[in-house]
Amino acid sequence: MAIPKTSILVVAEAHDGAGSALTRELLGLARDLAGSGEVAALLIASGAQACPDLIAHGADRVYLCEQEGGDEYEGERWLPQAQRVAREAAPLAIFAGHTPAGADLAPRLAFRLDSAVATGCFGVTAGDGKFLFTRACYGGNLRETISIESAPAVATIRAGVGIARVDPARRGEIVRNAVEGVTSRTRVVARERELSAATSLEDARVIVAGGRGLEGPDGFRVLEELAQVLGAVVGSSRVPCDLGWCPHSWQIGLTGKTVTPELYFAVGISGAGHHMAGCGNAKTIVAIYTDPQAAIFREARFGVVADYRKLVPALAQAISKLDEGKTT
Amino acid sequence: MHIVVCVKQVPNPEAAFSMLKVDEQAKKVVPAAGLPLVMSPFDEQALEAALRVRESLGEAKITALSVGPESARNALKHALAMGADEALLVCDPAFTDCASETAALALSSAIRALGPVDLILTGRQAADWDAGIAGCGIAELLGLPVITFARRIEVNAATLSVERVLSDGHETIETPLPAVVTVSNELGAARTPSLRETMRAARKPLTVKSAADIGLAAADIERMAARRVRTRLYVPVKTVQCELVSGADEPAQAVTLARRLREERLV
Repeated sequence: MAIPKTSILVVAEAHDGAGSALTRELLGLARDLAGSGEVAALLIASGAQACPDLIAHGADRVYLCEQEGGDEYEGERWLPQAQRVAREAAPLAIFAGHTPAGADLAPRLAFRLDSAVATGCFGVTAGDGKFLFTRACYGGNLRETISIESAPAVATIRAGVGIARVDPARRGEIVRNAVEGVTSRTRVVARERELSAATSLEDARVIVAGGRGLEGPDGFRVLEELAQVLGAVVGSSRVPCDLGWCPHSWQIGLTGKTVTPELYFAVGISGAGHHMAGCGNAKTIVAIYTDPQAAIFREARFGVVADYRKLVPALAQAISKLDEGKTT
Repeated sequence: MHIVVCVKQVPNPEAAFSMLKVDEQAKKVVPAAGLPLVMSPFDEQALEAALRVRESLGEAKITALSVGPESARNALKHALAMGADEALLVCDPAFTDCASETAALALSSAIRALGPVDLILTGRQAADWDAGIAGCGIAELLGLPVITFARRIEVNAATLSVERVLSDGHETIETPLPAVVTVSNELGAARTPSLRETMRAARKPLTVKSAADIGLAAADIERMAARRVRTRLYVPVKTVQCELVSGADEPAQAVTLARRLREERLV
């Protein structure tokens, strides 16, 4: 049985007039799963600027809820909009990114719609009008597949599951559908950003990440040296964040960020499941660790059993020397 | 001020992964004999947050609440030893291995039966299924606001102020009580019970209730549980073959690694 009309609604997160990288991936994923069915996007924003981008990435229809200050996620202000559009579009599934916004919105929305939610999904398949969601559990050590038997099936999906495809010639419809005068029981009184957009781990092509094996905050200075040579962004497993060696926003893993770089250096990281849940979709992992029995060497494409304090600076030097003697 | 902290008993997440076995037929995890069951670490941090609120206010009653098997008494005893005043275990065959939606139904019903509650805290997710659904579910089922991924919680009069973790920083959110908050690891380490508190905990009340006691009929539970079915549970297979880079010393290893990465067009 083919999936009928308005099959999937994607909750968009947009910045600067375009869907986020993850939103674009989700539209691509929805497009692949929907077949001849319709893919709709929900855009809650202060304006319509991101609509063409969402359509170009796979939305057949954008439900636009214009709301003052709507660009920043606020659960209490987004939920009534999402609930109304979900009722109106009556999709079989609702996809949100597994982000601080999506992971807040999706479970609440699922309860409001008398349905259920699969969080932090690594895979989605569709058949017979039903969706199967595969996700990590038990600290990233196990995978479970869930069938949501109620409609709509709500899910938060990690980066690297869908493929973003753009076709500027695609056509789509914009439906303005805002609930007016939404009242909020919560009030955001301040927002503090730790990082500039230029150093986003989610968008990085190369990441140099450090773990407990760095043995202290100074280890990150060593990693920064290599990162500079590679044009990479520095990240961390959970332990250094909890110990205050680096900002919490650097955390990659089950409870941190999900990253999908081309190249991932895991330095002083043992390879515990909860960390791998955040970086397992990296194309190539290079492990630098002292214990050859560590789990990370079963995850990595390249491994070096070494003291990072000596190896990482030498690697930075060796890489910067690769192009020496070549004509430019 | 009455604070309820929802806690779940889980197989110790710090234990070696080999202590967990998967029954793929039954789609269940079978903890090895001797694997300790503990309070889920994020729930410990939720209780820590409650204790900090009580310390700043000078006075508050903290109830630790769990849905689980008889063995979950131990998680609640740990909560009492950390400093909770009372504990309530909802124990019923209807909740055996229940999924998050059903757990949220049980927890919200139990909270309703407790009488007036000002603040409800949970961990951001439990260390077994890592779902992160129950806290949001409790809020929705009770019609309360929820603030997720808290790293700091403050109560001033009837207003709750929470620092919520974002991917690139944090935001401060205020809401009137009652409200639900889910606590993230950024809150900081939970305290270890002292010997004195552990001794005291033995005299604190720990009540056990059934589904019927909290006003839930079998049909309500079945309807909620039917929303999701686990179709598969497995250990992911690793397919990567690791190429170990050798060399006489670190500089030699580094040169070889750099060359290999270049050959693969990665740098």
